[in-house]
Amino acid sequence: MRDALLDRLPYARFLGLRTLIAGDELTVVMPYADKLIGNPMIPALHGGSTAALLEMTAIAQVALWQPQARLPRPINVTVAYLRSGRARDVYARARINRAGRRVAHVLAEAWQEERDQPIASLTAHFLLDDD
Amino acid sequence: MTDSPIHDLLPQLASGASHTHALGFAFESAEGDRVRIRVPWRGDLVGDPDTGVIAGGLVTTLLDHVGGLAVWLKIGTYQPIATLDLRVDYMRAARPRADLLAEARCFKLTSSIAFVRAWAFEDDPKDPVAAAQAAYVLTTARPKKGASE
Repeated sequence: MRDALLDRLPYARFLGLRTLIAGDELTVVMPYADKLIGNPMIPALHGGSTAALLEMTAIAQVALWQPQARLPRPINVTVAYLRSGRARDVYARARINRAGRRVAHVLAEAWQEERDQPIASLTAHFLLDDD
Repeated sequence: MTDSPIHDLLPQLASGASHTHALGFAFESAEGDRVRIRVPWRGDLVGDPDTGVIAGGLVTTLLDHVGGLAVWLKIGTYQPIATLDLRVDYMRAARPRADLLAEARCFKLTSSIAFVRAWAFEDDPKDPVAAAQAAYVLTTARPKKGASE
């Protein structure tokens, strides 16, 4: 049930996201597709598709930690683009840096061939369902 | 509206790549240093099926993209740029089943970096769904003032 979260979200499906869960560790894969390309000359992924992957990964990680009726809603996100995303699969993982009753702070990274060569990183706050 | 070459290119730059085409991005207008694009609402762009609201990640993509257009508009020509970083504040949920517009303005351009603000809204820019602040790096250095411009 939990691993199906992103499968339920239309935009995660549009991006083709697949969720892998091992214990409390979650990895989201965005398999390469032509429709993710933002610059056909390089060719490079659109930064927005990588940012959306990071945000979806953060949402999935928070929801795995605290399954709730309502999805965590982003308050703000900052994305740093570290390397150009090539025409290959992208992987992402997120870590909850701090979670309070109402707000969670989450860090996430996306990479391609090498885990220690991230193409983008995200830092974000999410509003939690605290009813 | 001037007829500088960049104005002719903006519609293509707004929606011409595979990703922006697949998302349905469309050029709206360019006036002064402000540029505007639209993404029509579609069921497969929704973030949370319980609300029907466009995904936050798509709003980020829209703001990132319109910001790039604002940089080209400011430079007056197309040249390779890359987003360095982007911060998005989500002020409120978008209206379910509504198109989103995004407008951006490049408020400072140096020889290598462009600073941009952008916001997304349904019909009133003063009531934004989200606002972004972003920096773009000009991957080919621009001639310094007095060189050729």
